Amino acid sequence: MLDIKIFAWSTPAILALALVLAIARSSRNPALFPIRIFVIGYIDVMRGVPVILWIYLIGFGVPGVGLERPFNSPLLWGSVALVMTYSAYVAEVFRAGIDSVHESQRAAARSLGLSNSQTMRFVILPQAIRRVVPPLMNDLVSLQKDVALVSLIGPIEILRQAGIDKSKFANFTPYVAAAIIFLSITIPLTRTTDHLLARERRRTSATRVR
Amino acid sequence: MKLEMRQVAKSFGSRTVLSGFDLDVAAGEVVSFIGASGSGKTTLLRCVNLLEPIDDGAIFLDGDEISRIGRDPNPIRRRIGIVFQSFNLFPHMSVRQNITLALMRVLEKSADEATGTAKNLLARFGLADKLDAYPDQLSGGQQQRVAIVRALAMNPELLLLDEITSALDPELVGEVLDVVRELKGSGITMLIATHEMMFAQEISDRVCFLDAGRIAEQGPPSQVFSQPRDERTKQFLRRVQALGKT
Repeated sequence: MLDIKIFAWSTPAILALALVLAIARSSRNPALFPIRIFVIGYIDVMRGVPVILWIYLIGFGVPGVGLERPFNSPLLWGSVALVMTYSAYVAEVFRAGIDSVHESQRAAARSLGLSNSQTMRFVILPQAIRRVVPPLMNDLVSLQKDVALVSLIGPIEILRQAGIDKSKFANFTPYVAAAIIFLSITIPLTRTTDHLLARERRRTSATRVR
Repeated sequence: MKLEMRQVAKSFGSRTVLSGFDLDVAAGEVVSFIGASGSGKTTLLRCVNLLEPIDDGAIFLDGDEISRIGRDPNPIRRRIGIVFQSFNLFPHMSVRQNITLALMRVLEKSADEATGTAKNLLARFGLADKLDAYPDQLSGGQQQRVAIVRALAMNPELLLLDEITSALDPELVGEVLDVVRELKGSGITMLIATHEMMFAQEISDRVCFLDAGRIAEQGPPSQVFSQPRDERTKQFLRRVQALGKT
């Protein structure tokens, strides 16, 4: 039951946050460059570390700073970790959908006088979302399974309250070290992929519309 | 609408497409651009409605410089319609939605008024029964006519036609050209990039032959097609004639 509850409130949150991230990352406004960099960094870090590690880090780490009830619940922060990691994965799915809509659609929309955001809302996104429904389902299925990871935190919380508080902070170092090792592999990997894709796009597709 | 282009330059990477390009188009004039593939016809039209930023020079509409960096392109694009070679209809929208989207969102017309405009224009071009069809249910010729209607619905002062028959089966070309013939009667200013020499000869007030990013030769169609002076124009027309297209 707990699993279903976490799943039910995480899914809309993931979809909404992912869409915002994907739109921010696909934006072409030069003024939004810092936001774009931030989003790329966020997605790299969230995707580069296993979900379970984020659930441990955020699920135990945030309540560990001494918040009051009900904000000290590892279950709550575990779900937040789930939303943060999954939105990074799903944002990339949305972005692939946005990129798959041919440049000529944007040209047609802009030539009619529609603004950038109107073009995104009425022309690009409706086509993009239709195309990414299958891979989206894929991610929701694996989300359903990973929800179980959050519910694991419950029993561990009891152990913690039973007296392992003292060792808690010492135990974080290996988690952080593990996260850094994961990132040092996954970030160069994603950057290389992005670079290759961008080169391919420059070679094959029409010029980008302002 | 009067259009002037002064010393316009545009290149993609190391490939120069337009260089030192000058053009003057009077209100109501119909000007065709002919020339080999890659001679800059499409780029020229895309520069005019600011889909491609120009590298140098200036473009004026009725004396107003529209190419200035940092200028909001949207109000300018409202006055300029463009029809693309590959139609570019929105596949997830019906014909009605394709036409009314910009009417409602850009010109802020009511749904009823926008649909009325769509119905009138569709009827004018023999598409009255296609109002609720989707683009993939239409033939290429019908799709292109809808694309023309979509551009016309915004009531543009200048219409750019970018090789609008190049992606069509030969038997569908006629119906699209008929639409353009009718438009000529309405007095709208048109710039036409085309490979249809017969059509260019018939419809244009002036024909420009593009070569290496400039106008190599221009004049009334009778002159450019019958007595070309420029050597490259002669060569081009000979090649086209050899293909039996003139």
